[in-house]
Amino acid sequence: MAVIPLERKPLTFAERTYLPQIASGLWTTFKRIFQPQVTLSYPEQRPAIPPGYRGVPTLVRDPNGREKCVSCQLCEFVCPPKAIRITPGEIPADQADRAHVEKAPQAFDIDMLRCIYCGLCQEVCPEEAIFLQNQYSLSGYTREEMVNHKDKLYELGGTIPDQHYKWDQKKTAAEHGNTH
Amino acid sequence: MFDFFFQLHPVIQGLAKGLAVIMVIFPLAGACSLAERKVSAWMQGRPGPNRAIVPWIAWIPLLGVFLQKLGVFHLMSDGGKLLFKEEPVPGHVNKFYFILAPALAIMPAFTTVTVVPFGAYFDAAGAAIPLVLADVDIGLLAVFAVSSLGIYSLILAGWASNSKYPFLGGVRASAQLISYELAMTMSVIPVFLWINAPGQPGTMSLAKAVEFQSLPGFWGGSWFILLMPLSALIFLISLFAETNRHPFDMAESESDLVGGFHTEYGAFKWSLFFVAEYSHMIIGSGVFVLLFLGGWNPLPWVPLSTAAQLLGVAGLPLVVGVLSIVIFLAKVVAMVFFFMWVRWTVPRFRYDQIMKLGWQKLLPLSIANLLFYAIAIAVIQK
Repeated sequence: MAVIPLERKPLTFAERTYLPQIASGLWTTFKRIFQPQVTLSYPEQRPAIPPGYRGVPTLVRDPNGREKCVSCQLCEFVCPPKAIRITPGEIPADQADRAHVEKAPQAFDIDMLRCIYCGLCQEVCPEEAIFLQNQYSLSGYTREEMVNHKDKLYELGGTIPDQHYKWDQKKTAAEHGNTH
Repeated sequence: MFDFFFQLHPVIQGLAKGLAVIMVIFPLAGACSLAERKVSAWMQGRPGPNRAIVPWIAWIPLLGVFLQKLGVFHLMSDGGKLLFKEEPVPGHVNKFYFILAPALAIMPAFTTVTVVPFGAYFDAAGAAIPLVLADVDIGLLAVFAVSSLGIYSLILAGWASNSKYPFLGGVRASAQLISYELAMTMSVIPVFLWINAPGQPGTMSLAKAVEFQSLPGFWGGSWFILLMPLSALIFLISLFAETNRHPFDMAESESDLVGGFHTEYGAFKWSLFFVAEYSHMIIGSGVFVLLFLGGWNPLPWVPLSTAAQLLGVAGLPLVVGVLSIVIFLAKVVAMVFFFMWVRWTVPRFRYDQIMKLGWQKLLPLSIANLLFYAIAIAVIQK
Protein backbone atom coordinates (compact mmCIF):
# COMPACT_ATOMS: atom_id res chain seq x y z
CA MET A 1 0.00 0.00 0.00
CA ALA A 2 1.39 3.29 -1.06
CA VAL A 3 0.42 5.19 2.02
CA ILE A 4 2.41 8.34 2.53
CA PRO A 5 2.11 9.49 6.12
CA LEU A 6 2.11 13.27 6.17
CA GLU A 7 3.20 15.00 9.26
CA ARG A 8 0.65 17.60 10.24
CA LYS A 9 2.61 20.53 11.53
CA PRO A 10 1.32 22.25 14.63
CA LEU A 11 -0.10 25.68 13.88
CA THR A 12 2.14 28.60 14.57
CA PHE A 13 1.02 31.32 16.94
CA ALA A 14 0.19 33.65 14.05
CA GLU A 15 -1.94 30.95 12.45
CA ARG A 16 -3.80 30.28 15.66
CA THR A 17 -4.83 33.90 15.97
CA TYR A 18 -6.36 33.67 12.46
CA LEU A 19 -5.45 37.29 11.92
CA PRO A 20 -2.90 36.88 9.08
CA GLN A 21 -5.32 34.55 7.30
CA ILE A 22 -8.18 37.01 7.69
CA ALA A 23 -5.94 39.80 6.43
CA SER A 24 -4.97 37.82 3.34
CA GLY A 25 -8.63 36.97 2.78
CA LEU A 26 -9.54 40.63 3.04
CA TRP A 27 -6.85 41.43 0.50
CA THR A 28 -8.28 38.80 -1.87
CA THR A 29 -11.79 40.20 -1.70
CA PHE A 30 -10.48 43.75 -2.00
CA LYS A 31 -8.60 42.89 -5.17
CA ARG A 32 -11.76 41.32 -6.56
CA ILE A 33 -13.52 44.69 -6.45
CA PHE A 34 -11.28 46.01 -9.21
CA GLN A 35 -11.37 42.95 -11.42
CA PRO A 36 -13.81 42.77 -14.34
CA GLN A 37 -17.30 41.60 -13.55
CA VAL A 38 -18.52 38.32 -14.94
CA THR A 39 -22.25 39.05 -14.97
CA LEU A 40 -24.16 39.01 -18.25
CA SER A 41 -26.74 41.82 -18.04
CA TYR A 42 -29.33 39.54 -19.55
CA PRO A 43 -31.99 41.39 -21.49
CA GLU A 44 -29.42 43.80 -22.93
CA GLN A 45 -26.64 41.26 -23.42
CA ARG A 46 -27.54 37.85 -24.81
CA PRO A 47 -25.54 34.70 -24.24
CA ALA A 48 -23.67 33.19 -27.18
CA ILE A 49 -25.58 30.06 -28.22
CA PRO A 50 -23.25 27.14 -28.91
CA PRO A 51 -23.74 25.07 -32.11
CA GLY A 52 -25.98 22.06 -31.57
CA TYR A 53 -28.10 23.90 -29.02
CA ARG A 54 -31.61 22.48 -28.68
CA GLY A 55 -33.98 25.41 -28.45
CA VAL A 56 -37.59 25.74 -29.48
CA PRO A 57 -38.51 23.33 -32.33
CA THR A 58 -39.22 25.20 -35.55
CA LEU A 59 -40.23 24.41 -39.13
CA VAL A 60 -37.93 25.52 -41.92
CA ARG A 61 -38.29 26.33 -45.59
CA ASP A 62 -36.03 25.17 -48.39
CA PRO A 63 -33.86 27.65 -50.37
CA ASN A 64 -36.78 28.18 -52.78
CA GLY A 65 -38.95 29.36 -49.92
CA ARG A 66 -41.22 26.31 -50.00
CA GLU A 67 -42.35 24.31 -46.98
CA LYS A 68 -40.12 21.34 -46.48
CA CYS A 69 -42.52 19.43 -44.28
CA VAL A 70 -44.54 16.85 -46.17
CA SER A 71 -46.72 16.00 -43.14
CA CYS A 72 -45.47 12.43 -42.90
CA GLN A 73 -46.26 12.66 -39.17
CA LEU A 74 -43.14 10.76 -38.10
CA CYS A 75 -42.34 13.52 -35.62
CA GLU A 76 -45.85 13.34 -34.27
CA PHE A 77 -45.46 9.61 -33.70
CA VAL A 78 -42.00 9.82 -32.18
CA CYS A 79 -42.65 12.77 -29.92
CA PRO A 80 -42.38 11.36 -26.37
CA PRO A 81 -44.68 13.86 -24.62
CA LYS A 82 -47.06 14.01 -27.61
CA ALA A 83 -46.53 17.71 -28.06
CA ILE A 84 -46.86 17.71 -31.87
CA ARG A 85 -50.21 17.56 -33.64
CA ILE A 86 -50.28 17.54 -37.46
CA THR A 87 -53.23 17.72 -39.82
CA PRO A 88 -51.99 16.53 -43.24
CA GLY A 89 -53.07 18.39 -46.29
CA GLU A 90 -52.81 18.38 -50.07
CA ILE A 91 -51.04 21.03 -52.07
CA PRO A 92 -53.43 23.07 -54.21
CA ALA A 93 -52.99 22.32 -57.91
CA ASP A 94 -52.94 25.99 -58.93
CA GLN A 95 -49.55 26.68 -57.27
CA ALA A 96 -47.05 26.20 -60.09
CA ASP A 97 -43.90 26.65 -57.96
CA ARG A 98 -44.96 23.81 -55.66
CA ALA A 99 -46.08 21.56 -58.47
CA HIS A 100 -43.85 18.60 -57.66
CA VAL A 101 -43.91 18.89 -53.88
CA GLU A 102 -45.63 15.87 -52.52
CA LYS A 103 -47.70 17.14 -49.63
CA ALA A 104 -47.77 19.83 -46.93
CA PRO A 105 -49.31 20.06 -43.50
CA GLN A 106 -52.63 21.79 -43.30
CA ALA A 107 -52.03 22.50 -39.64
CA PHE A 108 -48.94 21.92 -37.53
CA ASP A 109 -49.16 22.64 -33.79
CA ILE A 110 -46.44 22.17 -31.19
CA ASP A 111 -47.65 22.55 -27.65
CA MET A 112 -44.66 24.15 -25.92
CA LEU A 113 -46.11 23.36 -22.51
CA ARG A 114 -45.60 19.69 -23.36
CA CYS A 115 -42.38 19.88 -25.39
CA ILE A 116 -39.34 18.54 -23.54
CA TYR A 117 -36.78 19.78 -26.10
CA CYS A 118 -35.49 16.24 -26.65
CA GLY A 119 -34.82 16.82 -30.34
CA LEU A 120 -36.25 13.44 -31.49
CA CYS A 121 -38.50 15.21 -34.02
CA GLN A 122 -35.45 16.77 -35.63
CA GLU A 123 -33.63 13.45 -35.59
CA VAL A 124 -36.50 11.50 -37.11
CA CYS A 125 -37.52 13.97 -39.81
CA PRO A 126 -36.75 12.49 -43.28
CA GLU A 127 -37.19 15.85 -44.98
CA GLU A 128 -34.97 17.85 -42.59
CA ALA A 129 -37.91 20.13 -42.08
CA ILE A 130 -37.98 20.49 -38.30
CA PHE A 131 -35.05 21.90 -36.34
CA LEU A 132 -34.45 22.82 -32.74
CA GLN A 133 -32.81 26.17 -33.18
CA ASN A 134 -31.40 28.97 -31.01
CA GLN A 135 -34.65 30.28 -29.60
CA TYR A 136 -34.31 29.77 -25.81
CA SER A 137 -36.67 32.35 -24.36
CA LEU A 138 -40.34 31.50 -24.69
CA SER A 139 -43.15 32.82 -22.57
CA GLY A 140 -46.85 33.51 -22.72
CA TYR A 141 -49.75 34.53 -20.55
CA THR A 142 -52.18 31.76 -21.53
CA ARG A 143 -52.04 28.12 -22.49
CA GLU A 144 -53.26 29.13 -25.96
CA GLU A 145 -50.26 31.38 -26.43
CA MET A 146 -47.93 28.55 -25.60
CA VAL A 147 -49.08 26.49 -28.60
CA ASN A 148 -46.96 27.29 -31.65
CA HIS A 149 -49.06 27.10 -34.80
CA LYS A 150 -47.75 26.56 -38.30
CA ASP A 151 -47.24 30.21 -39.24
CA LYS A 152 -45.41 30.88 -35.97
CA LEU A 153 -43.24 27.79 -36.51
CA TYR A 154 -42.22 28.93 -39.99
CA GLU A 155 -41.63 32.45 -38.73
CA LEU A 156 -39.29 31.13 -36.04
CA GLY A 157 -37.61 28.66 -38.37
CA GLY A 158 -36.71 30.71 -41.39
CA THR A 159 -34.84 29.12 -44.28
CA ILE A 160 -32.14 26.49 -44.08
CA PRO A 161 -29.69 26.94 -46.97
CA ASP A 162 -29.24 23.21 -47.64
CA GLN A 163 -28.17 21.86 -51.03
CA HIS A 164 -30.58 18.95 -51.49
CA TYR A 165 -33.09 20.56 -53.87
CA LYS A 166 -35.18 17.44 -53.60
CA TRP A 167 -38.27 18.84 -55.31
CA ASP A 168 -36.22 20.51 -58.04
CA GLN A 169 -34.62 17.15 -58.82
CA LYS A 170 -38.06 15.49 -58.78
CA LYS A 171 -39.27 18.14 -61.17
CA THR A 172 -36.27 17.68 -63.47
CA ALA A 173 -36.73 13.91 -63.39
CA ALA A 174 -40.42 14.25 -64.20
CA GLU A 175 -39.63 16.57 -67.09
CA HIS A 176 -37.19 13.98 -68.45
CA GLY A 177 -39.77 11.25 -68.24
CA ASN A 178 -38.64 9.68 -64.95
CA THR A 179 -36.04 7.54 -66.75
CA HIS A 180 -34.81 6.02 -63.54
CA MET B 1 -27.06 82.31 14.74
CA PHE B 2 -28.85 79.32 16.24
CA ASP B 3 -29.84 81.12 19.44
CA PHE B 4 -33.54 80.84 18.61
CA PHE B 5 -33.25 77.05 18.89
CA PHE B 6 -31.92 77.21 22.43
CA GLN B 7 -34.70 79.58 23.44
CA LEU B 8 -37.35 76.99 22.56
CA HIS B 9 -39.07 74.92 25.18
CA PRO B 10 -36.87 71.93 26.15
CA VAL B 11 -39.61 69.51 25.12
CA ILE B 12 -39.78 71.03 21.63
CA GLN B 13 -35.98 70.96 21.44
CA GLY B 14 -36.04 67.31 22.38
CA LEU B 15 -38.69 66.54 19.80
CA ALA B 16 -36.71 68.35 17.11
CA LYS B 17 -33.57 66.42 18.02
CA GLY B 18 -35.46 63.15 18.02
CA LEU B 19 -36.90 63.93 14.61
CA ALA B 20 -33.43 64.84 13.40
CA VAL B 21 -32.12 61.47 14.57
CA ILE B 22 -34.89 59.62 12.77
CA MET B 23 -34.47 61.70 9.61
CA VAL B 24 -30.72 61.08 9.51
CA ILE B 25 -30.22 57.56 10.86
CA PHE B 26 -33.17 55.94 9.10
CA PRO B 27 -32.02 56.86 5.57
CA LEU B 28 -28.40 56.18 6.55
CA ALA B 29 -29.34 52.68 7.68
CA GLY B 30 -31.24 52.19 4.44
CA ALA B 31 -28.24 53.39 2.48
CA CYS B 32 -26.12 50.91 4.41
CA SER B 33 -28.34 48.05 3.31
CA LEU B 34 -27.95 49.20 -0.27
CA ALA B 35 -24.21 49.60 0.21
CA GLU B 36 -24.12 46.08 1.59
CA ARG B 37 -25.72 44.74 -1.59
CA LYS B 38 -23.41 46.79 -3.76
CA VAL B 39 -20.21 45.93 -1.87
CA SER B 40 -21.06 42.25 -1.81
CA ALA B 41 -21.72 42.40 -5.54
CA TRP B 42 -18.40 44.03 -6.30
CA MET B 43 -16.56 41.52 -4.17
CA GLN B 44 -18.24 38.68 -6.03
CA GLY B 45 -17.65 40.07 -9.52
CA ARG B 46 -21.25 41.15 -10.05
CA PRO B 47 -22.59 44.60 -10.92
CA GLY B 48 -25.17 44.50 -8.14
CA PRO B 49 -28.47 46.43 -8.15
CA ASN B 50 -28.34 48.76 -11.14
CA ARG B 51 -31.79 48.93 -12.72
CA ALA B 52 -34.14 51.21 -10.82
CA ILE B 53 -34.31 54.79 -12.06
CA VAL B 54 -36.68 57.71 -11.69
CA PRO B 55 -37.78 58.91 -15.16
CA TRP B 56 -36.95 62.58 -14.71
CA ILE B 57 -33.47 61.70 -13.49
CA ALA B 58 -32.98 59.39 -16.46
CA TRP B 59 -33.24 62.51 -18.62
CA ILE B 60 -30.01 63.91 -17.14
CA PRO B 61 -27.37 62.72 -19.63
CA LEU B 62 -24.41 61.27 -17.72
CA LEU B 63 -25.33 61.64 -14.08
CA GLY B 64 -28.59 59.75 -14.54
CA VAL B 65 -26.89 56.67 -15.93
CA PHE B 66 -24.16 56.90 -13.30
CA LEU B 67 -26.69 57.02 -10.47
CA GLN B 68 -28.64 54.18 -12.04
CA LYS B 69 -25.53 52.01 -12.26
CA LEU B 70 -24.73 52.91 -8.66
CA GLY B 71 -28.18 51.63 -7.74
CA VAL B 72 -29.14 54.57 -5.54
CA PHE B 73 -32.79 54.40 -6.58
CA HIS B 74 -33.06 50.85 -5.33
CA LEU B 75 -33.01 52.48 -1.92
CA MET B 76 -36.33 54.13 -2.74
CA SER B 77 -37.80 51.10 -4.43
CA ASP B 78 -36.76 48.80 -1.57
CA GLY B 79 -38.08 51.20 1.02
CA GLY B 80 -41.32 51.71 -0.88
CA LYS B 81 -41.78 48.00 -1.30
CA LEU B 82 -41.23 47.25 2.38
CA LEU B 83 -43.49 50.09 3.42
CA PHE B 84 -46.46 49.15 1.27
CA LYS B 85 -46.17 45.39 1.43
CA GLU B 86 -48.84 43.36 3.14
CA GLU B 87 -47.92 42.80 6.78
CA PRO B 88 -48.48 39.18 7.62
CA VAL B 89 -48.82 38.26 11.29
CA PRO B 90 -48.72 34.48 11.69
CA GLY B 91 -51.57 32.96 13.64
CA HIS B 92 -49.41 31.21 16.21
CA VAL B 93 -47.56 34.23 17.56
CA ASN B 94 -48.12 36.33 20.63
CA LYS B 95 -49.35 39.40 18.76
CA PHE B 96 -48.54 42.06 21.33
CA TYR B 97 -44.91 41.07 21.84
CA PHE B 98 -44.53 40.14 18.19
CA ILE B 99 -45.37 43.69 17.16
CA LEU B 100 -43.54 45.23 20.10
CA ALA B 101 -40.22 43.59 19.23
CA PRO B 102 -39.33 45.61 16.09
CA ALA B 103 -40.24 48.85 17.84
CA LEU B 104 -38.06 47.82 20.75
CA ALA B 105 -35.23 47.12 18.32
CA ILE B 106 -35.38 50.63 16.90
CA MET B 107 -35.59 52.52 20.19
CA PRO B 108 -32.16 51.73 21.71
CA ALA B 109 -30.52 51.98 18.32
CA PHE B 110 -31.80 55.51 17.83
CA THR B 111 -31.33 56.52 21.45
CA THR B 112 -27.60 55.80 21.49
CA VAL B 113 -27.08 58.20 18.60
CA THR B 114 -27.87 61.12 20.87
CA VAL B 115 -24.83 60.64 23.09
CA VAL B 116 -22.33 60.06 20.29
CA PRO B 117 -20.52 63.29 19.37
CA PHE B 118 -20.13 63.67 15.61
CA GLY B 119 -18.04 66.79 15.24
CA ALA B 120 -16.54 69.76 17.01
CA TYR B 121 -15.82 73.46 16.57
CA PHE B 122 -13.63 75.88 18.45
CA ASP B 123 -15.01 78.79 20.43
CA ALA B 124 -13.26 82.15 20.73
CA ALA B 125 -11.02 80.82 23.50
CA GLY B 126 -9.85 77.94 21.31
CA ALA B 127 -11.56 75.24 23.34
CA ALA B 128 -13.18 72.42 21.38
CA ILE B 129 -16.96 72.30 21.74
CA PRO B 130 -18.26 68.86 20.66
CA LEU B 131 -21.34 68.65 18.49
CA VAL B 132 -23.60 66.18 20.23
CA LEU B 133 -27.33 65.98 20.77
CA ALA B 134 -27.15 65.09 24.46
CA ASP B 135 -23.82 66.00 26.03
CA VAL B 136 -23.95 63.65 29.01
CA ASP B 137 -20.82 63.05 31.00
CA ILE B 138 -21.31 59.29 31.20
CA GLY B 139 -20.87 59.17 27.41
CA LEU B 140 -19.65 55.72 26.57
CA LEU B 141 -21.41 54.16 29.56
CA ALA B 142 -24.70 55.42 28.15
CA VAL B 143 -23.87 53.91 24.76
CA PHE B 144 -23.07 50.53 26.31
CA ALA B 145 -26.08 50.59 28.62
CA VAL B 146 -28.65 51.58 26.02
CA SER B 147 -27.33 49.67 23.03
CA SER B 148 -27.33 46.46 25.06
CA LEU B 149 -31.08 46.90 25.46
CA GLY B 150 -31.32 46.11 21.76
CA ILE B 151 -30.89 42.45 22.61
CA TYR B 152 -34.28 42.45 24.34
CA SER B 153 -35.94 42.98 21.00
CA LEU B 154 -34.16 39.92 19.58
CA ILE B 155 -35.14 37.74 22.52
CA LEU B 156 -38.67 39.10 22.44
CA ALA B 157 -38.96 38.50 18.70
CA GLY B 158 -37.60 34.99 19.07
CA TRP B 159 -39.91 34.19 21.96
CA ALA B 160 -43.05 35.84 20.63
CA SER B 161 -42.69 34.11 17.27
CA ASN B 162 -43.58 30.83 19.00
CA SER B 163 -41.59 28.78 16.56
CA LYS B 164 -38.37 26.84 16.86
CA TYR B 165 -35.91 28.65 14.62
CA PRO B 166 -36.67 32.14 15.91
CA PHE B 167 -36.48 30.82 19.44
CA LEU B 168 -33.04 29.32 18.86
CA GLY B 169 -31.96 32.55 17.19
CA GLY B 170 -33.07 34.58 20.17
CA VAL B 171 -31.31 32.30 22.64
CA ARG B 172 -28.11 32.38 20.65
CA ALA B 173 -28.26 36.14 20.30
CA SER B 174 -28.61 36.65 24.03
CA ALA B 175 -25.79 34.21 24.85
CA GLN B 176 -23.52 35.83 22.31
CA LEU B 177 -24.19 39.35 23.49
CA ILE B 178 -23.56 38.52 27.13
CA SER B 179 -20.32 36.74 26.22
CA TYR B 180 -18.86 39.62 24.29
CA GLU B 181 -20.17 42.48 26.42
CA LEU B 182 -17.57 41.70 29.09
CA ALA B 183 -14.56 41.65 26.77
CA MET B 184 -15.82 44.80 25.06
CA THR B 185 -16.14 46.77 28.27
CA MET B 186 -12.80 45.53 29.60
CA SER B 187 -11.05 46.51 26.39
CA VAL B 188 -12.03 50.19 26.61
CA ILE B 189 -11.14 50.64 30.27
CA PRO B 190 -7.43 51.35 29.46
CA VAL B 191 -8.53 54.27 27.29
CA PHE B 192 -10.42 55.85 30.14
CA LEU B 193 -7.69 55.04 32.64
CA TRP B 194 -5.40 57.05 30.41
CA ILE B 195 -7.85 59.93 30.03
CA ASN B 196 -8.80 60.19 33.67
CA ALA B 197 -5.54 61.33 35.19
CA PRO B 198 -5.51 61.27 39.00
CA GLY B 199 -6.60 64.48 40.67
CA GLN B 200 -8.97 65.51 37.89
CA PRO B 201 -12.73 65.17 37.67
CA GLY B 202 -13.51 61.79 36.13
CA THR B 203 -15.29 61.44 32.82
CA MET B 204 -16.54 58.79 30.42
CA SER B 205 -17.17 61.34 27.70
CA LEU B 206 -16.36 60.27 24.16
CA ALA B 207 -15.51 63.84 23.22
CA LYS B 208 -12.89 63.77 25.95
CA ALA B 209 -11.35 60.70 24.35
CA VAL B 210 -11.04 62.60 21.08
CA GLU B 211 -9.57 65.57 22.90
CA PHE B 212 -6.83 63.33 24.28
CA GLN B 213 -6.00 62.22 20.75
CA SER B 214 -5.65 65.86 19.63
CA LEU B 215 -2.98 66.91 22.12
CA PRO B 216 0.41 68.18 20.93
CA GLY B 217 3.47 65.96 21.12
CA PHE B 218 4.21 62.43 20.01
CA TRP B 219 2.19 60.63 22.69
CA GLY B 220 -0.59 63.21 22.80
CA GLY B 221 -1.21 63.30 19.08
CA SER B 222 -1.17 59.61 18.35
CA TRP B 223 -4.48 57.83 18.07
CA PHE B 224 -5.35 55.25 20.67
CA ILE B 225 -5.25 52.47 18.10
CA LEU B 226 -1.49 53.08 17.97
CA LEU B 227 -1.12 53.35 21.75
CA MET B 228 -3.42 50.42 22.55
CA PRO B 229 -3.64 48.15 19.50
CA LEU B 230 -4.78 45.14 21.50
CA SER B 231 -7.60 47.10 23.11
CA ALA B 232 -8.68 48.28 19.67
CA LEU B 233 -8.59 44.74 18.29
CA ILE B 234 -10.62 43.26 21.14
CA PHE B 235 -13.08 46.12 20.94
CA LEU B 236 -13.42 45.67 17.18
CA ILE B 237 -14.03 41.93 17.42
CA SER B 238 -16.54 42.44 20.20
CA LEU B 239 -18.20 45.13 18.12
CA PHE B 240 -18.72 42.63 15.34
CA ALA B 241 -20.27 40.24 17.83
CA GLU B 242 -22.41 42.90 19.49
CA THR B 243 -23.85 44.10 16.21
CA ASN B 244 -24.57 40.51 15.13
CA ARG B 245 -22.48 40.94 12.03
CA HIS B 246 -20.74 38.18 10.17
CA PRO B 247 -18.77 36.18 11.19
CA PHE B 248 -20.76 36.36 14.43
CA ASP B 249 -24.25 36.26 12.96
CA MET B 250 -25.59 33.72 15.41
CA ALA B 251 -28.86 35.60 15.89
CA GLU B 252 -29.69 35.31 12.22
CA SER B 253 -27.76 32.30 10.93
CA GLU B 254 -29.42 32.20 7.55
CA SER B 255 -27.74 28.91 6.78
CA ASP B 256 -28.85 26.90 9.78
CA LEU B 257 -31.77 28.82 11.37
CA VAL B 258 -33.61 30.05 8.24
CA GLY B 259 -33.59 33.66 9.43
CA GLY B 260 -33.09 33.30 13.16
CA PHE B 261 -35.11 35.68 15.27
CA HIS B 262 -36.82 37.34 12.31
CA THR B 263 -37.93 34.17 10.53
CA GLU B 264 -41.62 34.94 11.13
CA TYR B 265 -41.33 38.61 10.27
CA GLY B 266 -42.08 40.28 6.99
CA ALA B 267 -42.53 43.64 5.34
CA PHE B 268 -41.97 46.74 7.43
CA LYS B 269 -41.50 44.99 10.77
CA TRP B 270 -38.69 42.98 9.23
CA SER B 271 -37.10 46.08 7.76
CA LEU B 272 -37.21 47.77 11.18
CA PHE B 273 -34.95 45.00 12.50
CA PHE B 274 -32.56 45.74 9.72
CA VAL B 275 -32.62 49.47 10.25
CA ALA B 276 -31.84 48.74 13.90
CA GLU B 277 -28.99 46.42 12.96
CA TYR B 278 -27.45 48.89 10.57
CA SER B 279 -27.84 51.80 12.96
CA HIS B 280 -26.12 49.72 15.64
CA MET B 281 -23.39 49.19 13.09
CA ILE B 282 -23.12 52.91 12.32
CA ILE B 283 -23.07 53.83 16.00
CA GLY B 284 -20.57 51.09 16.78
CA SER B 285 -18.34 52.37 13.99
CA GLY B 286 -18.76 55.88 15.34
CA VAL B 287 -17.74 54.82 18.84
CA PHE B 288 -14.74 52.93 17.48
CA VAL B 289 -13.68 55.97 15.46
CA LEU B 290 -14.05 58.24 18.47
CA LEU B 291 -12.18 55.96 20.84
CA PHE B 292 -9.41 54.58 18.68
CA LEU B 293 -9.27 56.37 15.35
CA GLY B 294 -8.97 59.94 16.52
CA GLY B 295 -12.58 61.04 16.04
CA TRP B 296 -12.67 64.15 13.86
CA ASN B 297 -8.89 64.58 13.63
CA PRO B 298 -7.89 64.09 10.02
CA LEU B 299 -4.60 62.25 10.60
CA PRO B 300 -2.54 61.02 13.54
CA TRP B 301 -0.50 63.91 14.94
CA VAL B 302 -2.57 66.33 12.81
CA PRO B 303 -5.47 67.44 15.04
CA LEU B 304 -8.49 69.27 13.72
CA SER B 305 -7.26 72.66 15.00
CA THR B 306 -4.01 72.33 13.02
CA ALA B 307 -5.90 71.23 9.93
CA ALA B 308 -8.24 74.20 10.26
CA GLN B 309 -5.26 76.55 10.50
CA LEU B 310 -3.61 74.97 7.46
CA LEU B 311 -6.81 75.42 5.46
CA GLY B 312 -7.19 78.96 6.78
CA VAL B 313 -10.65 78.45 8.25
CA ALA B 314 -9.66 78.50 11.92
CA GLY B 315 -11.72 81.63 12.61
CA LEU B 316 -14.96 80.25 11.17
CA PRO B 317 -16.63 77.91 13.69
CA LEU B 318 -19.30 76.89 11.19
CA VAL B 319 -16.77 75.77 8.57
CA VAL B 320 -14.67 73.99 11.17
CA GLY B 321 -17.80 72.25 12.44
CA VAL B 322 -18.76 71.07 8.98
CA LEU B 323 -15.17 70.00 8.30
CA SER B 324 -15.09 67.96 11.50
CA ILE B 325 -18.42 66.30 10.66
CA VAL B 326 -17.15 65.44 7.17
CA ILE B 327 -13.94 63.91 8.55
CA PHE B 328 -15.84 61.97 11.19
CA LEU B 329 -18.44 60.70 8.73
CA ALA B 330 -15.73 59.69 6.26
CA LYS B 331 -14.13 57.55 8.95
CA VAL B 332 -17.47 56.08 9.94
CA VAL B 333 -18.22 55.21 6.32
CA ALA B 334 -14.81 53.57 6.04
CA MET B 335 -15.57 51.55 9.16
CA VAL B 336 -18.98 50.52 7.81
CA PHE B 337 -17.26 49.44 4.63
CA PHE B 338 -14.86 47.43 6.76
CA PHE B 339 -17.81 45.73 8.45
CA MET B 340 -19.20 44.72 5.04
CA TRP B 341 -15.77 43.81 3.74
CA VAL B 342 -15.26 41.38 6.61
CA ARG B 343 -18.76 39.97 6.14
CA TRP B 344 -18.05 39.01 2.55
CA THR B 345 -14.59 37.63 3.37
CA VAL B 346 -14.69 35.61 6.56
CA PRO B 347 -16.79 32.46 6.85
CA ARG B 348 -19.18 32.15 9.78
CA PHE B 349 -18.09 30.73 13.09
CA ARG B 350 -19.84 27.77 14.61
CA TYR B 351 -21.77 28.46 17.80
CA ASP B 352 -19.29 26.68 20.06
CA GLN B 353 -16.41 28.48 18.38
CA ILE B 354 -18.05 31.79 19.17
CA MET B 355 -18.46 30.85 22.82
CA LYS B 356 -14.88 29.61 22.97
CA LEU B 357 -13.52 32.75 21.37
CA GLY B 358 -15.53 34.98 23.66
CA TRP B 359 -14.95 33.33 27.01
CA GLN B 360 -11.64 31.51 26.62
CA LYS B 361 -9.74 33.88 24.38
CA LEU B 362 -11.04 37.44 24.36
CA LEU B 363 -12.04 37.72 28.02
CA PRO B 364 -8.66 36.59 29.48
CA LEU B 365 -6.90 38.62 26.84
CA SER B 366 -8.84 41.75 27.70
CA ILE B 367 -8.20 41.25 31.41
CA ALA B 368 -4.46 40.82 30.77
CA ASN B 369 -4.56 43.86 28.54
CA LEU B 370 -6.30 45.84 31.25
CA LEU B 371 -3.75 44.80 33.88
CA PHE B 372 -0.84 45.66 31.61
CA TYR B 373 -2.17 49.11 30.80
CA ALA B 374 -3.26 49.77 34.38
CA ILE B 375 0.29 49.16 35.58
CA ALA B 376 1.84 51.02 32.66
CA ILE B 377 -0.44 54.03 33.12
CA ALA B 378 0.17 54.02 36.87
CA VAL B 379 3.92 54.14 36.24
CA ILE B 380 3.68 56.87 33.58
CA GLN B 381 1.17 59.11 35.35
CA LYS B 382 2.69 58.77 38.82
